[in-house]
Amino acid sequence: MWGILGRRAVDGGFSASSLRRMRSGLVSARSYAAGSKEMTVRDALNSAIDEEMSADPKVFVMGEEVGQYQGAYKITKGLLEKYGPERVYDTPITEAGFTGIGVGAAYAGLKPVVEFMTFNFSMQAIDHIINSAAKSNYMSAGQINVPIVFRGPNGAAAGVGAQHSQCYAAWYASVPGLKVLAPYSAEDARGLLKAAIRDPDPVVFLENELLYGESFPISEEALDSSFCLPIGKAKIEREGKDVTITTFSKMVGFALKAAEKLAEEGISAEVINLRSIRPLDRATINASVRKTSRLVTVEEGFPQHGVCAEICASVVEESFSYLDAPVERIAGADVPMPYAANLERLALPQVEDIVRAAKRACFRSK
Amino acid sequence: MALSRLSSRSNIISRPLSAAFRRSISTDTTPITIETSLPFTAHLCDPPSRSVESSTQELLSFFRTMALMRRMEIAADSLYKAKLIRGFCHLYDGQEAVAIGMEAAITKKDAIITAYRDHCIFLGRGGSLYEVFAELMGRQDGCSRGKGGSMHFYKKDSSFYGGHGIVGAQVPLGCGIAFAQKYSKEEAVTFAMYGDGAANQGQLFEALNISALWDLPSILVCENNHYGMGTAEWRAAKSPSYYKRGDYVPGLKVDGMDAFAVKQACKFAKEHALKNGPIILEMDTYRYHGHSMSDPGSTYRTRDEISGVRQERDPIERIKKLVLSHDLATEKELKDMEKEIRKEVDDAIAKAKDCPMPEPSELFTNVYVKGFGTESFGADRKEVKAALP
Repeated sequence: MWGILGRRAVDGGFSASSLRRMRSGLVSARSYAAGSKEMTVRDALNSAIDEEMSADPKVFVMGEEVGQYQGAYKITKGLLEKYGPERVYDTPITEAGFTGIGVGAAYAGLKPVVEFMTFNFSMQAIDHIINSAAKSNYMSAGQINVPIVFRGPNGAAAGVGAQHSQCYAAWYASVPGLKVLAPYSAEDARGLLKAAIRDPDPVVFLENELLYGESFPISEEALDSSFCLPIGKAKIEREGKDVTITTFSKMVGFALKAAEKLAEEGISAEVINLRSIRPLDRATINASVRKTSRLVTVEEGFPQHGVCAEICASVVEESFSYLDAPVERIAGADVPMPYAANLERLALPQVEDIVRAAKRACFRSK
Repeated sequence: MALSRLSSRSNIISRPLSAAFRRSISTDTTPITIETSLPFTAHLCDPPSRSVESSTQELLSFFRTMALMRRMEIAADSLYKAKLIRGFCHLYDGQEAVAIGMEAAITKKDAIITAYRDHCIFLGRGGSLYEVFAELMGRQDGCSRGKGGSMHFYKKDSSFYGGHGIVGAQVPLGCGIAFAQKYSKEEAVTFAMYGDGAANQGQLFEALNISALWDLPSILVCENNHYGMGTAEWRAAKSPSYYKRGDYVPGLKVDGMDAFAVKQACKFAKEHALKNGPIILEMDTYRYHGHSMSDPGSTYRTRDEISGVRQERDPIERIKKLVLSHDLATEKELKDMEKEIRKEVDDAIAKAKDCPMPEPSELFTNVYVKGFGTESFGADRKEVKAALP
């Protein structure tokens, strides 16, 4: 129950108060599970790639600094040593070129895992992702499938400015032929990346730099090398009955914090971790809204034509008569990302924004 | 060591000079000629002469400005570690000769565009230390009002077009500025700077091809510091002779640690570009810091290599030796100058620390020049919105 999510333990011991906290089911930032393992998202991703490379010799890794440098964010640490230069390729700083080469290798039956140091740089290669990878199976009537994974950090980091902070979930998720996944926890990272690498279609795998160092409890099942999560299924991180909050990636953590704050005020929020942006789990989202009658969608990216907009449309189309309040969207501000710390904070969703929107949906704001 | 000869136009005073005859530091513009330490290597052109015309004033100002740039970058390192600078911070120490030599050869009508290692280029174009530190710390008096950060410094009034975060993008942009200069018949050129990592970008060759076809006054300057982030040049480029990579476009390989060689090459390139179209300059240079403040810079190169370059090729040491051998200042005077520079940098930092952060309303400024009153939103669109003017 409380093992659904948690954060890194502060220290090892149990105190009476911490036991009480656990039993009450409140998922605070510091819950501790006796005997359960914890894993950082970084290690989860590393182990997933490692296991899939071990299982299938066609899987190889390609990208900038993935080999000798051990990965710009250390996600591919140790892989070059373990598998050698025939499985781990350091590329020049030429996204259009190496992405095209990756897609070509996938055409011919290999299974590339292409790393973008951030997804901002994927724009240099977006023609290959969309036109060469996403559409090929369709254009060739099934002859040419593209079992490739494009992965890397997506969205804002901390103070990296306008050209390094954009979220590409909405862009890629609008393209039929692509699958778009966004993990939150270590279990998500392992299960979804393994699923992505095994998947015969092109997958855009959107990680988050600020989550790499976060530790999450991880089950024995998730640690098994055969572990895999289904693509296209969202996860209900926290059950609730008053309002549905949908989100993905780092914002899941913010939504969970918001849910705790709302609980203090007697509002029970259901938090859905989308996990899969495309295919979007409309069934789970709509079932939840039909239960709660209220929707708050949250994302980090730009608001216009965003993931939230699609979710709102789906809910209004399919569950209109169940809605008791207008749908709410919390998203990144409609401006390029500013550098100054105070402006950056204003440009990104904060926990209080989610709380406020949920209260509005419950007609509880001042 | 560089040889030097007194110009025949000056009074013939043989060395060593006694104190009574020593030139005063600030105002002397006596011409001197400096020999570059290394010859130029040319591709499809005749290299310029190794004898560079300069003056005592220029030599001293090279020392002063380069020492200022060095101090500024080292101070930025400390500020980053103190978490006053956030995000990415790419430092230029070691590469100062390129910025300074280029400025000495051109005017503010000539344009410069570079990537993210831009603090010293900005300073060279006439930016102030205060604007640099205020921007780095995200304050409202920064050169981009705190909204750009380290990678996005600009100074349009001096034809400095930034400050770009995406590797290679600045090269076609630079060729575009050159296009505009030719279109408007400005008799000016554009220096599009990039690194050895960016040198393999396809867009570079596309822009170069068009520049050559249309005779644009584009000068592509490869600052070859031998590492593209953590990847050594030989691991990224089949041919690391970047000055030759233009194929049909002429090129020059230059000792980028020698400010006078850089000056000569840029002067040569400007004359060439105005008449004949694009040319490539490869500056053989070195960065002491890692790629950025997130990179220790020692996992892919040895500390011996770094200290070796510092010992043998440091650009400021070279200028210092020239100043001393020309008797333009004593060791003590140069040390005093360095103390002044240190103080100047510290004062600018103190002032920048006192500068307030941007007003929240700045979140919505400069999205457009002409917004037609369109709505823009904060994270909670029902709580925060603005009309873009």
